[in-house]
Amino acid sequence: MTSYLLYALAGAALCGIGLFGLLRLSHLLRKLLAFNIMGSGVFLIMVGLPQHQSGPDPVPQALVLTGIVVAIAATALAVVLIRRYYHQSGMTSLEGEAGSREGGPL
Amino acid sequence: MTLWLMAGLLFTPLAWAVLTLLTDFVWGRRVTWVGILVQVLVSLGLWLTVAQHGGFYYDLGGWGAPLGIELRVDGLAVTFVLLTAAVASACGLHAGVYIDQHKPWHRYFWPLFWFLWSGLNAVWLGGDLFNLYVGLELISLSAVGLVALGGNANALRASIRYLLAALLGSLAYLLGVALIYGQFGTLSIAGVVAWLDNHSAPAGPGLALALMITGLALKTALFPLHRWLPPAHGIAKSPVSALLSALVVKASFYIAARLWLAFGESLGSLAAAQMVGLLGGAAVVWGSWLACKQAQLKQVVAYSSVAQIGYLFLLFPLTYSVSESVSLQAQQGITLQVISHALAKAAMFLAAGNLILSVGSSRIDALAGVSRFLPFSLFSFGLAGVSLMSLPPSGGFAAKWLLLQASLGSGQWWWALVLLAGGLLSAAYLFRIYRASFAENPETDQFFHPSKSLEIIPMVLAVMALGLGFVSEQVLSVMALPFAEEGAP
Repeated sequence: MTSYLLYALAGAALCGIGLFGLLRLSHLLRKLLAFNIMGSGVFLIMVGLPQHQSGPDPVPQALVLTGIVVAIAATALAVVLIRRYYHQSGMTSLEGEAGSREGGPL
Repeated sequence: MTLWLMAGLLFTPLAWAVLTLLTDFVWGRRVTWVGILVQVLVSLGLWLTVAQHGGFYYDLGGWGAPLGIELRVDGLAVTFVLLTAAVASACGLHAGVYIDQHKPWHRYFWPLFWFLWSGLNAVWLGGDLFNLYVGLELISLSAVGLVALGGNANALRASIRYLLAALLGSLAYLLGVALIYGQFGTLSIAGVVAWLDNHSAPAGPGLALALMITGLALKTALFPLHRWLPPAHGIAKSPVSALLSALVVKASFYIAARLWLAFGESLGSLAAAQMVGLLGGAAVVWGSWLACKQAQLKQVVAYSSVAQIGYLFLLFPLTYSVSESVSLQAQQGITLQVISHALAKAAMFLAAGNLILSVGSSRIDALAGVSRFLPFSLFSFGLAGVSLMSLPPSGGFAAKWLLLQASLGSGQWWWALVLLAGGLLSAAYLFRIYRASFAENPETDQFFHPSKSLEIIPMVLAVMALGLGFVSEQVLSVMALPFAEEGAP
C-alpha cells in the first residue's frame, strides 16, 4: 500500500460522495458542488493510480491540469445558468416547487 | 498540404468563434458565411487527400503523444467530417435567417455555433482518449449554451438539466480514462489495442470500459438515461435542435462505437453486448410510443430522436463475437443510420421550425389547414419522415436493410423484431402529424409566410436523406478508404 494508492482510494471515495450528492440533492448549487467534488475525486484517481505502479509520471499531471480548466469552464457556465434561472423563476431546484426546501438561494 | 487541412479543420472554427464574439449578429452572419465556405472546402480537401494517399496519423504542431495531440484520420473520420460540413452549413445558413436578430443576446449564437463545430471536428479526428474528452466537453458546453439561448425560465431549466446530465456523463467517461491510463500507461486507442494483442486481457479494465460506455450512453441519451433530451431538444430554437439531434448526440455515440470496436472483443462480454442492444431496442419502442403521445410538434420530433438513437446501439450485439462479414455489415448499417438520421432529423427540425413560425403555435392541433399555405415545408417534413420510417429508397431503408441482414446472419433474429416494430411505430407518430396538417379548420385563415431560403434548406437536407439510399455504396466506400501505414504510431 503506497501513498499513491491511498490517493486513488480517497479519490474513489470522493467520487462516491459526489455521485450521491449529484443524484440526491435538489438544490442546484449543491448539485454543482457535488459535481466539483466528484471531479476532484476523478483527478485524484487520475494522478494516484498510474504513479502507484510506475513511479512519478508527468502525463497525468498535465491531463489533470487540462481537466481542471474544463471543470472551471463548466462550473462557470453552470453558475451563470443557475443564477439566471433563479432570477427568472425564483426557483433553486429543477423539480418545480417555488423556492426550495432550504428557502431561497444559498 | 496536410498541415493546412488540419489547421483548417481545427484552428479556423476556433478562430471564427473568437471573431464572431467581437461582432454583432448581422456581421457574425457575414463572417460565418465565409467560415462555412472554408470548412466545406477543407472537408472536401481532406476527403481528396485520404482518397489519394490513404488514412494517416498526424501530430498536431509536431508534438507527439502522450503530451501532444495525436489525430487519427481514417475513412470513418472523413465520412463524419463531411457529414458535419453538410449539416452544420445548412443549420448555420438557416439560423442566419431564422433567428431574430433584434434580441441582443442572440449574437452569441455564432461563437457557440463555431465552438460546437470545432469540438465536433476534434472528436471525429481524435486518436487518444483524453483529447476525445476535451472535444466532448467543448461540444457539451457550447450545446448547453445554445439551448439556453432561448432565455426564458423553461429554456434555462432544460439547459441546466442537460448540463448536469452531460457533466455526469463526462465524469464517468473521464474516470474510465483514468483507470485505463492506470492499467496500460497509454491514452492512445491504438496503443491500448497493441497492448491487448500482446497480453492476455486483465480483469480490471472491463470496469473502465463499462464506465466509459455508460457515461457516453448518458450523453447520447440511451434509454433509460434519455430524460434530459426531449426538453432540451424540444425547447431550443429550431436550427439549434437540428444541430443537437443531428450531430451532438452522434459525437458521444461515435466515441462509444470506436471504443467498443477497439476494445469490445477483449474487454467486453456477451452479456454486456446483449444488454446494451436490449436497452437500444427498448429505446426504439419506448421513444416511439412516447412520440405518439406528445401534444407539441417539436416534442414528437425530439422523442423520435430517442427512438432513432436506440437503433445505433444495436451495433454492440451485432459486432460482438460474430464473423467478420456480419460485423462489417453491422458497422456499415449503423454508419448509414447515423448519416440518414442526421440529414433527416435536421431537415425535420428545420421544417418543423418553419411550420411553427407559420402557424404561431407549437401544438400539433394548431397545424390544421397548414397544408394549403405551407406545402413546401410540409413536403420537406414528409420526405424526411420517409427516411425515418425507413421506406425504400431512403437512406434509412438502406441502413435498416443492412442491420436486418446482420442480425439474421449472426442468428440474432430478435433484433429484426425491433427493426420492424420501430418502423411501424414511427409511421404511427408521423401520420398523426400529417393528419393534423391536412385537417381543415375554417377559423384560422391567417398564416405567416417564412422566406424562401428558410424553406429551401430543409428541402435540400430531406432530399439528401432520401437520395442516400441510391448512393449508399459510394458513401460506404468513403468509410472503407484504406489506412496508409498500419499499426500503432
